Amino acid sequence: MSSLLEVADVSKRFQMGGILGRQEVRAVDQVSFAIAADKPEIFTIIGESGSGKTTLARMILGLERPSSGRILFRGEPVHHENKADRLKFMANVQPVFQNPFEAFNPLKRVDRYLQSTARRYLGARDKAAIEAAMDGALQKVGLSLAEIAGRFPHELSGGQLQRVAIARALIPNPPLLIADEPVSMVDASLRMAIVNLLKALRDDFGVSVIYITHDLATAYYISDRLIIMQKGRVVEMGPARTVLDAPEHPYSQLLKASVLSADDAGAGKLSPANDLLQLSNERLARADASRLEDREDGRRVRV
Amino acid sequence: MGDNILEVEALKAYYQMSYFGVNREVRAVDGITMKVKRREVYGIAGESSSGKTSFIKVLAAAIRPPLRVVSGSATYDFGGPPTDVTVATPAEIDAIRWRHLSYIMQGSMSTLNPVRRIGRIFEDFAARPLGLSGSAFRQRVVEHLGHLKLSPTVLNAYPHELSGGMRQRVTIGLATVCKPDFIIADEPTTALDVVVQKDVLSLIKNLQTEMGASIVFVTHDMSVHANIADRIGIIYAGRLVEEAPTRTLFTAPKHPYSAHLVASLPRIGDTTQRPALEGRPPSLAAPPAGCRFHPRCPLAIDKCKTEVPPLVAVGTDHRSACWRANDVEPLVPGHSRAGVAA
Repeated sequence: MSSLLEVADVSKRFQMGGILGRQEVRAVDQVSFAIAADKPEIFTIIGESGSGKTTLARMILGLERPSSGRILFRGEPVHHENKADRLKFMANVQPVFQNPFEAFNPLKRVDRYLQSTARRYLGARDKAAIEAAMDGALQKVGLSLAEIAGRFPHELSGGQLQRVAIARALIPNPPLLIADEPVSMVDASLRMAIVNLLKALRDDFGVSVIYITHDLATAYYISDRLIIMQKGRVVEMGPARTVLDAPEHPYSQLLKASVLSADDAGAGKLSPANDLLQLSNERLARADASRLEDREDGRRVRV
Repeated sequence: MGDNILEVEALKAYYQMSYFGVNREVRAVDGITMKVKRREVYGIAGESSSGKTSFIKVLAAAIRPPLRVVSGSATYDFGGPPTDVTVATPAEIDAIRWRHLSYIMQGSMSTLNPVRRIGRIFEDFAARPLGLSGSAFRQRVVEHLGHLKLSPTVLNAYPHELSGGMRQRVTIGLATVCKPDFIIADEPTTALDVVVQKDVLSLIKNLQTEMGASIVFVTHDMSVHANIADRIGIIYAGRLVEEAPTRTLFTAPKHPYSAHLVASLPRIGDTTQRPALEGRPPSLAAPPAGCRFHPRCPLAIDKCKTEVPPLVAVGTDHRSACWRANDVEPLVPGHSRAGVAA
């Protein structure tokens, strides 16, 4: 089995502080996983702020170099010195960012971004080819060029704008999308439209998605496999349903217990799971000596 | 007013602008009537640009041009003479602000002055309404921080030295240190991580129970409402479209928009396809005629395109503004299964 993306023992350390009192922060600590080339999937990275999930995504995009370990895309390192190689890589791995209102320049029409993406990655020169590429990508996200052409970001709703951002990422027909919290800035009523779209991209167009989130409910809904990160370390990974139905690591259990459920609406169940919080902090304190252990149901848990 | 601490009557608040002789009017709040009882958490749900922020601006007596109250009233009863904030003088508003009427804001980083220590920020906010100074004031603040599980050392810290959850607890502390009777909370937990969010929510709920205050809790996240609100009002395009006790709203909604909001919530343990609502919220400058939800509504009939449905009682404590309220079915397939899961 050839892999589309291989992340092997990747760590990232940042230096913090001045000459006196210099500290080292381990943002990502020995993370490994692989995404297969022949089977598109939604791979979810779950973690709170400070868990290193965004740093990991930036390293996969080649925006940040790992301190140790390697990241291979189709067998080649993701970091390219040469600009042409870098462009070729970028056409294959495309990002979708958290806040669409920040990702688009408010003073420029949104179709300009689609045009420049088409021109750069597809090498399309004439207007008809560019427009065909734009329209094709917009159709995939349930929009059309006629709706979008000439519009400014403020004229679109958050959900529409995020779909345009995904359409932009789809223009070079990438096999892999990196979506960093794509729904956390979108209204709850429009959120499912984006989540369903990611699902459709996997099922209908064979695009693999690395979906980064802190929302366990949508992760359960769409992902095939997931990893749960705590302070840079993977604490639990495996098939999404297996892990989330019965999380084993205290930190995963804490995250699940903290999800607000609508099932007992009006019951006012708000008491925080302090015992789990304490347990997961205890585990964190002795995490240096821990390792990931395989389980029979296909998951790996840090013990 | 008796049981009610706030009564809003047919409130209309528009943004009125005039550029080069062309008048433009945005009807952000268009005829809202509601009441908030004492000791109640009233949840307001609605998507962005539905007018919910304009509505709470009026409730918080922060009515600044171009926002103008066109008609209607919003009257508070804090024991003394009732105050209608739409006509109150600045002195009257000054008398109730912080002591009786308080506000928890969304972005804790932009609420707190980044170059002032937390202790100084507390002095700026609360020393005058509390009428305390020096060590008496400090003691009162430290005691209050104890309720919020914050140590007195945070008073010496700058906002950037605290984590997001701690900062949000500090803003909650600022809003509650004067023991107000009425608190407006605008998306206080939206920017927080899941674990911290639950912690902060339970803190707000405990403070509310302890102080006997009423809260108007605004967020677009229905799962937050499910766990903190006693009653929920759903706002769509400047109008209140449904109001019901929390349990009722989640199990038997009587407006297609609320039914959709409830149905679109994903649940752990359930992977059935969730419907997504197509279209976008209407522009408040040129809202559609009739029921404002009709272009996106699966149940719309011809009547909906021309006649505005009134907000009428459809059950005990339950009001809905829909011509077809009796045909609304709860959309959630998972709900029959919820009993099994629990």
